[in-house]
Amino acid sequence: MVLLTRKIEFAASHIYHNPNFSAEENRRIFGKCNNPHGHGHNYTLEVTVEGEPDPVTGMVLDLKELKEILEREVMQRMDHRHLNYEVAELAGQIPTCENIARVIWQLLEPKITRGRLHRVRLYESPDLFADCYRNGAGAAGKS
Amino acid sequence: MSNALKLELGRRYRFSASHRLHSAHLSEEENCRVFGKCNNPHGHGHNYVVEVSMSGDVDPATGMIANLADLDTFVENQVLEEFDHKSLNEDVPAFRHKVPTTENLCIEIFQRLKTFPKAKLERIRVQETGNNSFEYAGDNLEGNCP
Repeated sequence: MVLLTRKIEFAASHIYHNPNFSAEENRRIFGKCNNPHGHGHNYTLEVTVEGEPDPVTGMVLDLKELKEILEREVMQRMDHRHLNYEVAELAGQIPTCENIARVIWQLLEPKITRGRLHRVRLYESPDLFADCYRNGAGAAGKS
Repeated sequence: MSNALKLELGRRYRFSASHRLHSAHLSEEENCRVFGKCNNPHGHGHNYVVEVSMSGDVDPATGMIANLADLDTFVENQVLEEFDHKSLNEDVPAFRHKVPTTENLCIEIFQRLKTFPKAKLERIRVQETGNNSFEYAGDNLEGNCP
């Protein structure tokens, strides 16, 4: 099995706020991320697809195809958007790295028909990221 | 969280420290041959990057596996405070009798962070320079992912 990874970057704003918490709780739990007018990040997304190279083309899937899927499913939905208010799939969720990575997995997984989605890694900054895998993917399947 | 998916939180920390690779079990010549420049008598230093990966359920109320402030405080107290701007050989008791290679550093940091109470430590990756890095996942069979 071969893994291939495509990286894209998008910029978006968000705020962490749970309406079921008091103002004090929101501030204590989410800190600066609770600032009322939100803030933004340059997100880096790494999408890894697993599969066997096609004997004729030598490709797991055509990178152009993956690029188009990422453009359609992620860039058009999230780039230069407010994740709380403009991304329907995140409505009612706190747009943390963990939740965004999971939503991106759910968007991409059914669209990738050659090979199989292996990992979604979303960086909010170079020092903070979330990984989303298929549960039970063993070490052999990951390396 | 859907059980079909597994989420991990990754966080990077930095510290600078000196070390000298030298084993009391080897002769001077052997130390010099095995460790090369890293055996120079007065040590040398690196800017280390520690990548910590934690797994767990994403709390629907916060969207988080673990609160970053809790993780940052824990790593600060367990590792960074003792390691940053120190000599690993002289200032960290674990390396008094153990060569402070980055392999051993990974294991030491894993042992210190595996008691984090709010999520499961999956693996530690330590970058010694931009060109080499080491990973340790303890007994986690799934730890060896890319």
